[in-house]
Amino acid sequence: MATKLKSYNGTGGTPEPLFLTTTEIEREESMRVLDKRPKVSRRGFLGGSGVTLVAMSILPSGVIMGADSAWAMTAKALKPESFATLVQMSRDIYPHDRLNDSYYAKAVAAFDSQAEESEDSKKMLEDGVAALDAAAMKAHGVTYGQVGWEAERVALLQAIESDGFFQSIRGGLVTGIYNNPDVWPLFGYEGASADQGGYIERGFDDIDWLEA
Amino acid sequence: MATFDLNDDSVVVVIGSGAGGGTVGAELAIKGVKTVILEAGKRHETEDFINDEWGSFGQLAWTDKRTTSGDWRVARDFSGLPAWIVKSVGGSTTHWAGASLRFQEHEWKAQTNYGDVEGASLLDWPIDAEEMAPWYAKAEDRMGVTRTNGIPGLPGNNNFKVMKAGADKLGYKECHTGRMAINSEPRDDRSACLQIGFCFQGCKSAAKWSTLVAEIPKGEETGNLEVRPESHVLKIEHDDSGKVTGVVYADKDGNQQLQKARVVCVAGNSIESPRLLLNSASSMFPDGLANSSGQVGRNYMRHMTGSVYAIFDKPVHMYRGTTMAGIIQDESRHDPSRGFVGGYELETLSLGLPFMAAFLNPGAWGREFTSAMDAFDRMAGMWIVGEDMPQADNRVTLHGSEKDQYGLPVPNVHFDDHPNDIAMRNHAYKQGRALYDAVGAVETYPTPPYPSTHNLGTNRMSAKATDGVVNKWGQTHDVKNLFISDGSQFTTGAAENPTLTIVSLALRQADHIASQMSKGDL
Ligand SMILES: Cc1cc2nc3c(=O)[nH]c(=O)nc-3n(C[C@H](O)[C@H](O)[C@H](O)COP(=O)(O)OP(=O)(O)OC[C@H]3O[C@@H](n4cnc5c(N)ncnc54)[C@H](O)[C@@H]3O)c2cc1C
Ligand code: SF4
Repeated sequence: MATKLKSYNGTGGTPEPLFLTTTEIEREESMRVLDKRPKVSRRGFLGGSGVTLVAMSILPSGVIMGADSAWAMTAKALKPESFATLVQMSRDIYPHDRLNDSYYAKAVAAFDSQAEESEDSKKMLEDGVAALDAAAMKAHGVTYGQVGWEAERVALLQAIESDGFFQSIRGGLVTGIYNNPDVWPLFGYEGASADQGGYIERGFDDIDWLEA
Repeated sequence: MATFDLNDDSVVVVIGSGAGGGTVGAELAIKGVKTVILEAGKRHETEDFINDEWGSFGQLAWTDKRTTSGDWRVARDFSGLPAWIVKSVGGSTTHWAGASLRFQEHEWKAQTNYGDVEGASLLDWPIDAEEMAPWYAKAEDRMGVTRTNGIPGLPGNNNFKVMKAGADKLGYKECHTGRMAINSEPRDDRSACLQIGFCFQGCKSAAKWSTLVAEIPKGEETGNLEVRPESHVLKIEHDDSGKVTGVVYADKDGNQQLQKARVVCVAGNSIESPRLLLNSASSMFPDGLANSSGQVGRNYMRHMTGSVYAIFDKPVHMYRGTTMAGIIQDESRHDPSRGFVGGYELETLSLGLPFMAAFLNPGAWGREFTSAMDAFDRMAGMWIVGEDMPQADNRVTLHGSEKDQYGLPVPNVHFDDHPNDIAMRNHAYKQGRALYDAVGAVETYPTPPYPSTHNLGTNRMSAKATDGVVNKWGQTHDVKNLFISDGSQFTTGAAENPTLTIVSLALRQADHIASQMSKGDL
């Protein structure tokens, strides 16, 4: 059986959870478990995730394109570069190797909508990204999204973690990421159950590995 | 269903339709007393409930502006949300999990049994276990509490099975699927639990008791009860003799109405009830209605709480099935050798992914946090609920400048943990972690208290008028025809979840009011 998740030290390497869940599914016989594997191919992400902004590119039209073209977004109010930086920042705040960038981009789209509605929000976000890029330039000579290691980007975030900008991004992501029903199956959460008759016939008590 | 005229001054007006108000209102109607329940929230029925944590929160939770202060972590993480309670017909019994426990005998007399605890404003209740026994029995029958009245316990879900395995390893003796006001078999025209797992979001099978599905309809059937939703009470009025005469409320269009009353029962939960008394100050009652003691709003209690979540290397799916049908009672005794007075219960608890993200460790980010979230389907969880110490300065006050949508001062909720609360919480964290470690946990998380779900004590019951706000019937010491019918009457909190006691007190109070009315004393 696979190892503890916390053994993944966060400075690159192979995202273990994928393989972990695969083994689980094959091993279990009677307990009803979920296939937490993402449905899209992850090849493109595995190479790039946690390394650089190469996981995204910005087309001349301003469209932000995910690696292997799995997703594309157009920023409504924010600069495309700022949008892309926020996607990277979001992943660094709540890094889940089994989530591809499209889920983070969806959460950032909500910030983009706020920027569209309010000049104050827009300024707060653009200023925040600019300051983050400036800090990255000072420390590493490149913008935030181009800083190579997650641990180095996390250090930049730790320096601003009590700021309003960071807190509003982090706070927004709590719902932006985890309240998106599309991610629930990837965490093994099944969402609404009343419409399926509850769990009375669907494994509320099917745990099978406890010693008697 | 009855409707009563605004000028009908023969009615009992009940403010709030939750555990206290819904019960006292329905029971008065059953006893033949004309009753109007004014409820600030809308009426959402069983079919309207949503199996979605934030969606349901948006539908049911009380989100009017509130402020916080004190050293409790809620003030930092959820500064505008001191309490997680409901604004809807049925009150917080739509959200509640159903755990229904009687107080232990010694808990009615905390001051006597615990002695002087520095910094605590402990007091004995003016009633005791013997006095309450028949009312508990009546409430358990009404609510259909499992393991009482011959009702079988609920089946254990995966989360319970993990708890039970750990309890056995630690040698705990009192671990079972709880005394739950949730039907384990059809009863009272309501179906059995389908193990839906959204008990906190309003039960969509109506297996769970609430005043919405169980009490209010029975009251309405008598023709003596009118429930008026979207009626937010702003002020209680009185006459020159110091008796209350009616209440001013904002209706659904925001227009102010005056409902006359013979008797008023306040049951807005422990933040709104004292706030309403304070907002009802007049030249005759300059410090607020029924506040000659200065105790209105003081001694705010929220139970000593916390959670322990644990991850395993194999799946649990704790969220499947009844949220809180699992309990360990071994630690609920009073045993000062553990380093604190009073005791605590350990109860199963699960949150869905959205709430887990918000509450596991509020404010946390980075890989330690996400690795816990990644293991969501391999997680088990328990809630700790124990007796907290009343403190005079833990209190609900009116904010000096912030106003609500009606222009009234918002409540500020101040809470500092007492050293006894902290010692008890640390003990419980240690036990909870040891329990899961014994079953092979890979990691355990001591999760801080959520916004308060148990709000108690802000209009406390006392033998002497100088010590508290109400007498042993919940009748205010100062105003004869004004009663408090909710958890704010609690003199002390005990280790147990409060609702069974709130309902028992409400049934007893309704009996008292009805008999006083028929004698002409009210
Ligand atoms: C998630 C959750 C789980 C819980 N689980 C349990 C459990 O397992 N066991 C247990 O014993 N307890 C549990 N509780 C606690 C339980 O719900 C409360 O203790 C109980 O409902 C409190 O009763 P109450 O009458 O004091 O207030 P409430 O039930 O909160 O009712 C108060 C009502 O008054 C209304 N109101 C307030 N102010 C006004 C006003 N000015 N005008 C008109 N109406 C007003 C409110 O809208 C509300 O409907 C839980 C609570 C929550 C939130
Ligand atoms: S688990 Fe039972 S009580 Fe809870 S919501 Fe489902 S049917 Fe209702």
